[in-house]
Amino acid sequence: MNVNSTKRRRFAAVAAATTSVVAMLALAACGSGGSGGGETGAGDKPYVALVSKGFQHQFWQAVKQGADDAAAELDVEVTFEGPETETEVEKQLTMLQTALDKNPDAIGYAALDSEASIPMMTDAESRGIPVIAFDSGVDSEVPVTTVSTDNLAASAEAAKHMAELVGSGKIAIVGHDQTSQTGQQRVEGFTQYILENAPDIEIVDTQYAAGDQLKSADAAKAILQAHPDLKGIYGTNEGSAIGVVKAVQETGKSGKLTVIGFDSGKAQTDAIRDGLMAGAITQDPIKMGYETVKAAVAAINGEELEPVIDSGFYWYDKTNIDDEDIAAVLYE
Amino acid sequence: MTTTKRTAKGTNPKRPTRFGNRQQLQQLLAFAGLVVIFGFFSLASPYFLDWANVKGILLATAVTGIMALGATFVIATGGIDLSVGTGMTLCSVMTGVFLANLGLPLVVGVLGGLAVGALIGLLNGLNVSYLRLPPFIATLAMMMVAQGLSLVISGTKPIYFSDVAGFDQLAAGELIPGLPNAVLIFFVAAAIAAVVLSKTLTGRYALSIGSNEEATAISGVDVRRWKVVIYVVAGLFTGLAGVVMASRLNSAQPGLGLGYELEAIAAVVIGGTSLRGGKATILGTVIGALIMATLTNGLRIMSIPQEWQKVAVGIVIVLAVYADILRRGKDA
Repeated sequence: MNVNSTKRRRFAAVAAATTSVVAMLALAACGSGGSGGGETGAGDKPYVALVSKGFQHQFWQAVKQGADDAAAELDVEVTFEGPETETEVEKQLTMLQTALDKNPDAIGYAALDSEASIPMMTDAESRGIPVIAFDSGVDSEVPVTTVSTDNLAASAEAAKHMAELVGSGKIAIVGHDQTSQTGQQRVEGFTQYILENAPDIEIVDTQYAAGDQLKSADAAKAILQAHPDLKGIYGTNEGSAIGVVKAVQETGKSGKLTVIGFDSGKAQTDAIRDGLMAGAITQDPIKMGYETVKAAVAAINGEELEPVIDSGFYWYDKTNIDDEDIAAVLYE
Repeated sequence: MTTTKRTAKGTNPKRPTRFGNRQQLQQLLAFAGLVVIFGFFSLASPYFLDWANVKGILLATAVTGIMALGATFVIATGGIDLSVGTGMTLCSVMTGVFLANLGLPLVVGVLGGLAVGALIGLLNGLNVSYLRLPPFIATLAMMMVAQGLSLVISGTKPIYFSDVAGFDQLAAGELIPGLPNAVLIFFVAAAIAAVVLSKTLTGRYALSIGSNEEATAISGVDVRRWKVVIYVVAGLFTGLAGVVMASRLNSAQPGLGLGYELEAIAAVVIGGTSLRGGKATILGTVIGALIMATLTNGLRIMSIPQEWQKVAVGIVIVLAVYADILRRGKDA
């Protein structure tokens, strides 16, 4: 028994040591990564807190880059945070609450669920903190402006190119989210355009796969299986689009199918260069981040702002992918 | 007290035939379920029963299936492993670091990915055995650590293997013409897992610990040490899943993985492995994973909305486990 308990203690110590080493490594890497927000608004610079919908997704990192650019240019301090996935509404509200508690000079907020954040919006208003909505709007009078991509127009543009390329026949959609406004509009704008302008084209199926590449690939394959004569598929965000490309590759239908995507990322731009994908719509995330911070500074200075600031979108394909203004908004 | 427990739990050597029959019956039941589901979809859609589609189902099974193989060992001990999903992600990110960032040879990178999986398992095992954390807590913590580290190490960006020659062939290549390697790897891994579970001390002790930990310890087995071994074995499968995932996407996606652990656990449970431990079969797990993938694929082919697909999968889990309980009740 005695031997046993010393042994136990020794192993416990080893395990504890190993665990703490891992924890320390994590902390060290965090520190050197330099992604950890920085100080709260203690200095003289105005402080703008941004709460986004996501963090690790390339799109949000590009928004962050634009925000950082504006921060450097306008000499303000910016922090940027967001939940890990775009379904964590509750976690995002906690982040918004924490941001409010830091008493910033302005807040930028990309609502995952606009209804859920109304009490906090009211709180911000009563404390005189201007709120800039970005990416998608908030159903509230509080935000002084909304910086966003016109998703209806952008997805209609995708539909226009799909119609031109396909001509007639069956097409399908792999969506990324049926609950968020952005997710819905990406499908709605596309569907609407096809209904009104392309009577010879039929959308036979719309499946959602949460923007997960593997699941989107599996969904697209199932659609292809059920509709062997399918002529085109539209993927509504980066993960969906890459999944569709994967499915087309794996079923050996490369070149026989028109694939149209959304956003960028290296896998998608490669697919366009290789001709696996006809083209895609890109938002301008860098401009979105930049305009959000710029609007925040204007609001802090008491300037009047337009109710909506369009951060723009572009269609890009093989022919213009390397153009300067396109290349600037594409991210790897 | 201990003696009665031992007899009651069915580890009694006097009833070997009964025990064997029981397992066979469970596998038969799960297999029958798979056949029924297959038959149903074959009748419901003309596109379902087709080699291309079956290949798609097998490919969709591969990654979660490999994870489920590892999870089977842990669940056999009466434990649970919540870290397989994000652990897999960490393994694919580290494979990316080894191959794409450091440019190590292919074999080294792949073995490195497996080693990271083993390390995750080692830490889980040490925490469960020597720090005496409940498996749920230990692996929940690891789930978070692995998710965080994946993001930190990758700088929240996907790591692409475009410049690593041959890496994508690991999953997409066809050593056996017509059968993607990812599926072959899954089958070979399943065969190895089956041998380890039924023919080696690791497997036998896993089942014995799950059926009666106290009795196993009294009979002279160093339970804590063997638990560590079992978690390491599970970790190796997590590592393999990570490598296969990375190869199929030709990139390591740091944002994926959360939620995959639940699919793996569901596959294990549908296959007839008891969450209480002591009873597990690899064939069951393979069938369970196939059931999950077949169900999703079939519902998608029939264009059932995604919301309902999840409802259907949930109901199947309840039915599978209830059938298991009914049968056991008769037995006892």
